[in-house]
Amino acid sequence: MTGPGDRSGADASRGASAGGGGFRKGAFGVSGSGDTSGFGGLVRVEPGGAVALHSTDRPYGGWFDEVTDALIDAVGAATYAAAVPRVLVDRGEITYFVAREHLLTLVQALRDDDALRFELCSSVSGVDYLDSGGPAASDGRPRLHVVYHLTSMTYRRRIRLEVAVTVEDPHVPSVSSVYPTADWHERETHDMFGIVFDGHPALTRILMPDDWDGFPQRKDYPLGGVPVEYHDATIPPPDTRRSYR
Amino acid sequence: MTTTGYDPYAGSRQTTEGRVYTVTGGDWDQTLGVDHSGEERLVVNMGPQHPSTHGVLRLVLDLEGETVTKARVVIGYLHTGIEKNVEYRNWTQGTTFVTRMDYLAPLYNEAAYCMAVEKLLGIEVPQRAQTIRVMVMEINRIASHLVGLATGGMELGALTGMTNGFRERELCLDVLEEITGLRMNHAYIRPGGVAQDLPAGVEDSIREWLAIMPERLAGYHKLLTGQPIWQRRLKDVGYLDVTGCLALGVTGPVLRAAGLPWDLRKVDPYLGYETYDFEVPTADTSDAWGRFLVRMAEMTESLKIVEQALDRLEPGPVMVEDRKIAWPAQLSLGADGMGQSLDHVRHIMGTSMEALIHHFKLVTEGFRVPAGQVYVPVESPRGELGYHVVSDGGTRPFRVHVRDPSFVNLQATAAMSEGGMIADVIAAIASIDPVMGGVDR
Repeated sequence: MTGPGDRSGADASRGASAGGGGFRKGAFGVSGSGDTSGFGGLVRVEPGGAVALHSTDRPYGGWFDEVTDALIDAVGAATYAAAVPRVLVDRGEITYFVAREHLLTLVQALRDDDALRFELCSSVSGVDYLDSGGPAASDGRPRLHVVYHLTSMTYRRRIRLEVAVTVEDPHVPSVSSVYPTADWHERETHDMFGIVFDGHPALTRILMPDDWDGFPQRKDYPLGGVPVEYHDATIPPPDTRRSYR
Repeated sequence: MTTTGYDPYAGSRQTTEGRVYTVTGGDWDQTLGVDHSGEERLVVNMGPQHPSTHGVLRLVLDLEGETVTKARVVIGYLHTGIEKNVEYRNWTQGTTFVTRMDYLAPLYNEAAYCMAVEKLLGIEVPQRAQTIRVMVMEINRIASHLVGLATGGMELGALTGMTNGFRERELCLDVLEEITGLRMNHAYIRPGGVAQDLPAGVEDSIREWLAIMPERLAGYHKLLTGQPIWQRRLKDVGYLDVTGCLALGVTGPVLRAAGLPWDLRKVDPYLGYETYDFEVPTADTSDAWGRFLVRMAEMTESLKIVEQALDRLEPGPVMVEDRKIAWPAQLSLGADGMGQSLDHVRHIMGTSMEALIHHFKLVTEGFRVPAGQVYVPVESPRGELGYHVVSDGGTRPFRVHVRDPSFVNLQATAAMSEGGMIADVIAAIASIDPVMGGVDR
């Protein structure tokens, strides 16, 4: 079985993500009409798109400052400054944007330091911020984000770490040596987004078949057009099935 | 019959893997006593279509006799791309997708998803809707634990446990059907509240159910808890202590059976759980037996919560007042079953053009959710069910990732079953109670 990733580039670019300037345009080949089906045609404009580009100023409020101070104490101010270029507090949740070189140092401290104690890695997953609208979308922008949700059972706190990488260099160190539970999470993130977790014991596909091509959760993964195993037929991508023009 | 001379059907040949014997009937005197010292490694494939693997789960087991030396878990046979699909539907339609993930706990998926959307929107749902959510979720927890018990019993050969479990679960589903209209995959909890108010007379049905259930649950203690076979199949099987649980990210009854009273309803309350009076059952055995007892006790606690929720139900709205978010019409029961409220149809078709436009826009396009991301966990029957939801400000989710407890807990299979007997692998997996719809999504 082969996935759609091996098709020609021209074919693949016909997915729902065609469009310029970082704005998302939908399927069915609609342009200019007020198609409100929710599936196609809606142009989303949001400053910054889904990626908030600013950094929250200190104090962050609540226990966020305690955790941040403890983290600075644990890894050292210089390392922290290099490892965490910005921090975002939004909707009562704190996100540390982490440089991948320092990820392991940080998670090790987060797990082991007495004042931090994030014993549980709740979740590791990815988000592809390609084409998320707004001025943030540009070539070379690290569009693949790996998102870690850590839980401190001792202090009953949750934080989020985010590591952004580019499609050309999708390498992130594996945290499975610190959190063994990250094993399957990272395999799934690799399977869906093509992120390579260096140091993972067995980074193979987990949900898709072993010989699948392409990474389905990426935003430029074509919708449809997947060869069907029977009848030698294919299902065309939705935007090429018919046109309302 | 024995053969002592040359047997053409029991030959042997040298391979790169060692000497390989072809064993047919009646040739034991030739093959036995030859060379089998520690070389009985047998790789057994179980599943994905196997009645004892709790769903379409595939196990690859390395056996040394009947002892498991290595257990590898292969998943993905039920992967349906729900997370991807949700990105191409509006926020309200997302409910109908996520409810199909962990299909034995559909209301938890809906609730966690909707709470994430509401957190992104910055809205709070009315009190009555919160209470109804708690109530249906706890009924759902009982139904889910009963299936865990029933299928676990079936896999261990306790078939009466299976028939009884499904019988009682049906009572729970009858109540849920009366409330939501569907036995499973309800799509009842929606962003902003619940799809419709409780139907008339359902409170009597719930009270009737509440009266029946304690006696039925006691029946399981009679049937299973005191039974020597059941005890010996579960005790000291699938051992995983707190350290192992935390390292592997295991939550839910498995963690509580290891002695840590970690229940998000207590430690990180949502939907007003801090105002309900209930206990967090634990065990200190860290084995399948403890997990069975924890689940049994949790069902009793859930009954208490349902009763309290029912008592405190006050009349009021079940959906936010904001007409830009609330679904524009309440469903009502027509002569042909469920249907659109005729009053509403009369209103939009006969009297108000604006109402028609509003209805059309909201139903087809949906509402917009401010950009940002949230992570909302709830305590599902299987552990921490977390929704990481990202919005880019559009009418559809930009990304929905589900931290499904079955997916994470299933990683513990190897730790629980390696070194044990092959029959105990079944008991260990049954005690994790994974739901493959949630594992593979």
